[in-house]
Amino acid sequence: MTKHLDRELQSLRSSLVEQFGIVEQMIQRSVRSLVERNSDLADQVIAGDAQVDKTDIYIEEECLKLLALHQPVATDMRWLVTVVKTNSELERMADLACNIAERAKSLSFLPLYPVPDEIHEMVSISTRMVRDALDSFVERDPEKAAAVINEDDRVDALNRKVIDQLQETMRQTPDNVEPALHCFSASRQLERIADLAENIAEDVIYLVEGTIVRHKHDAFLDSSTNE
Amino acid sequence: MSQSGTDKTEEKTANALASHRRDKLRGSESRMNTDRWFRRICVMVAAVSVIILLFLLGSIIQQGVPSLSTTLLTGTPEPDPSQAGAWPAIAGTIWVCSICALVTLPVGIGTALLIEEFKPRSRWGSRIFSLIQLNISNLAGVPSVVYGILGLTAFVSMFSLFGVDKNGIQGFEVGAKYFDQFTNLASDPFLSMGMEGVEERYFLAPVADRADPPTIPKQGMTIFEYQNDQLNPVKISVVGPEDLPPTDPVELSLAIDANALPGRISEKAWYYFRLPFGRGVLSGALTLMLVILPVIIISSQEALRSVPSSLRDGARGLGATPWQVIWNITLPAAAPGIMTGSILAMSRAIGETAPILIIAGIVYIRNAPHHLMDSYTVLPLQIYNWTSRPQEEFHSIAAAGIVVLLGILLSFNAIAVILRHRMQNKIN
Amino acid sequence: MANQSTNAIEASNLNAWYGDFQALNSISLQIPKNEVTAFIGPSGCGKSTLLRWFNRMNDTIHSASATGDLRLGDIDLLSSATDVVDLRRRVGIVFQKANPFPKSIFENVAFGPRLHMKLNKTELQDLVEWALRKAAVWEEVKDRLNAPALGLSGGQQQRLCIARAIATGPEILLMDEPCSALDPASTLAIEDLMDELRSQYTIVIVTHNMQQASRCSDKTAFFFEGKVIEFNSTEKIFTTPNAKQTEDYVRGKFG
Repeated sequence: MTKHLDRELQSLRSSLVEQFGIVEQMIQRSVRSLVERNSDLADQVIAGDAQVDKTDIYIEEECLKLLALHQPVATDMRWLVTVVKTNSELERMADLACNIAERAKSLSFLPLYPVPDEIHEMVSISTRMVRDALDSFVERDPEKAAAVINEDDRVDALNRKVIDQLQETMRQTPDNVEPALHCFSASRQLERIADLAENIAEDVIYLVEGTIVRHKHDAFLDSSTNE
Repeated sequence: MSQSGTDKTEEKTANALASHRRDKLRGSESRMNTDRWFRRICVMVAAVSVIILLFLLGSIIQQGVPSLSTTLLTGTPEPDPSQAGAWPAIAGTIWVCSICALVTLPVGIGTALLIEEFKPRSRWGSRIFSLIQLNISNLAGVPSVVYGILGLTAFVSMFSLFGVDKNGIQGFEVGAKYFDQFTNLASDPFLSMGMEGVEERYFLAPVADRADPPTIPKQGMTIFEYQNDQLNPVKISVVGPEDLPPTDPVELSLAIDANALPGRISEKAWYYFRLPFGRGVLSGALTLMLVILPVIIISSQEALRSVPSSLRDGARGLGATPWQVIWNITLPAAAPGIMTGSILAMSRAIGETAPILIIAGIVYIRNAPHHLMDSYTVLPLQIYNWTSRPQEEFHSIAAAGIVVLLGILLSFNAIAVILRHRMQNKIN
Repeated sequence: MANQSTNAIEASNLNAWYGDFQALNSISLQIPKNEVTAFIGPSGCGKSTLLRWFNRMNDTIHSASATGDLRLGDIDLLSSATDVVDLRRRVGIVFQKANPFPKSIFENVAFGPRLHMKLNKTELQDLVEWALRKAAVWEEVKDRLNAPALGLSGGQQQRLCIARAIATGPEILLMDEPCSALDPASTLAIEDLMDELRSQYTIVIVTHNMQQASRCSDKTAFFFEGKVIEFNSTEKIFTTPNAKQTEDYVRGKFG
């Protein structure tokens, strides 16, 4: 690898890490705006999306440029491919965060409605998943990535719980159907954010080990835990 | 149609190749035999030439080494074989060959540089260059006797451009002093008869110009005598035809006859130079130059051509002028090759006899040359001279002379080879 | 006149011939300062010819001639009045085959400075060290500066040639397929070196290796049959070229 390529990859990496940070913050803020009924915060999140989109395009262009000009092989190639995929997943996470923020804004016009506690847990787990996915990417740590993939089941379970609770609420107090629907939507978005973090973790495993583990978690995770 | 045609051809070719492969395997035995025999013949041919060379060397050394002595190296060629030496010939060889080398190398290398490094741009220029090239190649094959005759005309007499005056004196010269030599009366055996202590003496009267008429002896004239390697003035008395010769032995030895006719002799300085060159060392060296110049030019050209043009490009790309490229890059890189060619050429010059025979003539020379115009002889000529003598002893002296000649040749080559080796080591 | 500050060499409507063969056909392009410009194209497309006109290496080829306009700053490169010696000091060249002189490593680098500058011994030594460091070969040769340059490996020889070229203090460095005779590791070393040098020198590199052009250059000119088909940023040439021929060439379809 030439120094030139090395330098470009470094700069690309820092752009991506920065993007990670911004997206993580957006997720946290969007949920906070939902819980605290803070529509200003929600506006901030939505406004931040433009920057994320810009960075998304920038990173993708850089990746394509490096692929075209340097024809990287082996690790460099896997790394670039991972960056391309991770980048688009981050962008989608940001979009989902915006969706949550929009739910929060809609919710703020409605009467006070208690957000289920599980949502808080979902938020903390999924933001941790995002952070861990980033760490596993930065440290090229497949174990951490595997842990992220495992976490997703918990988020899914919590999501089901929240939906059950919301169904219960809607059945008992029809007045709260609308806020409950917003909550339901937010919960779904969070669940999808966790899914995307899981995708990133899968990409990291491809980056490090060169194997594609998507759709066959069990085999991979079993073998990695057995080892 | 065409498709099936190509298929057929392809099939045929494949079959032919397959059968050829089988044939080859079958034929390999006989081919290896041919190989073996060819190699044996080559070894035999090479061995024959080496054996002949060894035989020649052996017989020469066997015959010559017993006669090798310091007398041979330092003595003069005496009629008595036991005192005969080859010093004048050795010195003559060294003189002629060194001057030849000094003159030939710059001219030869310069010519090669001109032809190789300064190729002409115009059509006419390149025609002239190829004409020069053609001439050089042809001259390399001309017999050396022809060069001897050319040297005789071009250097010895210079096409008689400098006319001959009434005294038979030619052209122009510097570095010579002329004297008229008188003998004393004592050298007349009738006058000194019965006297003790009368010796034959020679007196020298300086002459202003070599064309002057002979000096007439006068009482009290300035006259010198050659004693202890220098000229000392002496007082002489002139005895007229009517005078009685002195009876005192000392006076008699300092007296000369008034009618005596002097002999004109000259003393030549080390820088003596004349035009035309005459049958001197310089003519010989220049004639040898003609003989070896084509060889040196061609080998230098070859050496220059073998310098990769990428080196020249490299130097040029750094902003070197043509002269800097040649002096710093091309010449040093070509030097080993140029030297090899020059060594071979100089070896040829050392052994060359025919042109020297024409230029120098067979003269009996007792002294090593003292200046460029001095007469000389060279070792091959001396050896030739000795071998033509009837006495058996001279033949073994000739063999010893050959050993000396070989020695000079080999040491000359050795020095050059060592120099070349050093140079190459420095490069690689 | 803003052009003069950003362009090192400007060619406009340049035609060049070898005898009756037209090697360059109305070339117009600007070589930007302090950037790496790559010339790519199939064999015989004229890229080397153009490079050799930049410092008049074609002077030795008697049949070579050119018309049009070719300028380095305010110097007319085609004029016979141009001081070629000074021009070559300002425009260094590195050839396809490493051609160190059969001298010591030190003498090789000192060759150019000795021609052009009057330096005392320590100044010369400093300059040689500077050039060798710049060419990233100092560490490998510092203990044997007096050893023959021909004893170095191919890659080291080529870097030595680069050191030799920059020792005369050129503004522009021409490289005529500098890596075509080198192994991948040496090629990498030379490419890294070009990356280091690009901030101070204008580099023009002719290469047959498209990956090399894409890896190291800022701008790329694609030559075909004596014409510049496309001259653009390297990224553009290798991702979305404008001309069909360029696309075919960079995709390896011909050439």
